[in-house]
Amino acid sequence: MNQYLKSMTATEQVGAMFVFVFGCLFIASVALLLLSLREHADRGADEARRSNLARGNTLLSSSWVMVIVFWVGWLSGDVGATVLFGLVSFFALREFMALSPTRRGDHRSLVLAFFVILPMQYTLVGMQHYDLFTVFIPVYVFLAIPVVSALANDPQRFLERNAKLQWGIMVCIYGMSHVPALLLLEFPNYRDRGAFLVIFLALVVQTCMVVQYLVTRRLRRAPAAPAISSSFNWLSWGIAVGVASVLGALLAGITPFKPGQAFVMALIACVAGSLGHLVMKAIKRDRGIPDWGQQGDGVTGANGLLDRVDALCFAAPVFFHSVRWYFNL
Amino acid sequence: MRAKLMGLFLLGLVRLLTGSQARWYGCPPKAEQRIYFANHQSHADLILIWAALPQVLRTVTRPIAARDYWTRTPFRQWITSKVFNAIYVARERTADQDPLDPLVEALESGDSIILFPEGTRGHAEEPQSFKAGLYNLALRFPQVVLVPAWIANVQRVMPKGEVVPVPVLCSVTFGAPLKLEEGEERRAFLDRARNAVMALRDV
Repeated sequence: MNQYLKSMTATEQVGAMFVFVFGCLFIASVALLLLSLREHADRGADEARRSNLARGNTLLSSSWVMVIVFWVGWLSGDVGATVLFGLVSFFALREFMALSPTRRGDHRSLVLAFFVILPMQYTLVGMQHYDLFTVFIPVYVFLAIPVVSALANDPQRFLERNAKLQWGIMVCIYGMSHVPALLLLEFPNYRDRGAFLVIFLALVVQTCMVVQYLVTRRLRRAPAAPAISSSFNWLSWGIAVGVASVLGALLAGITPFKPGQAFVMALIACVAGSLGHLVMKAIKRDRGIPDWGQQGDGVTGANGLLDRVDALCFAAPVFFHSVRWYFNL
Repeated sequence: MRAKLMGLFLLGLVRLLTGSQARWYGCPPKAEQRIYFANHQSHADLILIWAALPQVLRTVTRPIAARDYWTRTPFRQWITSKVFNAIYVARERTADQDPLDPLVEALESGDSIILFPEGTRGHAEEPQSFKAGLYNLALRFPQVVLVPAWIANVQRVMPKGEVVPVPVLCSVTFGAPLKLEEGEERRAFLDRARNAVMALRDV
């Protein structure tokens, strides 16, 4: 089996991996469907089970969306992938901005963020100017946005408004742009296999989120920050990160890492991703909403894309820079 | 043909920028003669409410455009008359013509209309008080269903005086139909209509 996989070309290997991942998702979906068909005599228990299943379904559907996005990204080549993740960034930022009140004076800054900064950041990624793309937003945009806002001549809540905008840009554009950057990162002896690295990252982060959800349901521990999240507690978080990191070590074969390195890299990505998710929850609580989407019923019509990609947005930059630093790329 | 393509382009653009979500709360989308009345904060209101309607209703629902502004250049005139099939209304009452005449004509021929009873774009949080046009039309066409609508967030897409729109999610919420009561005062009815629009802000 191993010999056979090794004899395939890089493209065939990536293709085989997608077949495998799609197969796993398919089995999980069928299992959930069968579970939902089962009926319980007890009405109350049935209700509770159903709402649990619904949450499981959301998690599963977000995994489907993610894998399909990666698959399309891989199919469409380097430029296609960059454009695709640029679009994901665009929709995520649209959602973020829709729920953060801005004033009229912010209009020009918003235009700048959506139509200048976003395309520029992804162009830099596509042209592989790694040195510039890592500092473009934290250094140059950090100054450009407040300058444009200041020229709009509106001092009311100036710091707050700019902080919001800067945050949205950091999470939705800067964070997300590290995913295609990972795709284009060139390891020695690892050409054309960048897709594995992206899948490795997404798989361990998503596994961490799913395991955390499942363990939290079993353990029912007191939440660490009840005002922010009714489910987050350190024990199940630790278990989830542990499980996902072990999975990372097992997946070392598809990465340029040795198992030990893969374990540490997965650990870093999971810690960043799951805590980033918690931070986004805090922002949502601040805005008084349970989800960015609310099942498409929200006043803003947001469909909850940000809920699905926020962990990745935080994990990708940390992972990317750890890898680059450690391997001196 | 060109108008149709322009319509499709605008629809795509509005969906990309705002999501243009329609939320039917008080009534379903239905092919009956209606007057939709909504708050007015931006030129994009007209496109947004038009895009939120289903395709079949879009062709029989005509928005209202201020004549002086929307006929000033050939392009504006083309886009409002050919793409949106708008009804032009004069903002000022002149001696020989009632500004409501074109609306009456459209309603008599069976079209639905989209009305912004504030008359002009406001930039306060709350809509300005409604003008009498809505009351007069309700009095004259008692069989036409009056549907209040709240357009959320659109002032952030394109505030007055800006030219480049930014992407922010918007929605149009349609509420339960209103009826002019027997012998209801003009002011009382207009205030009730305004409250009905504002009540949709928080559903």
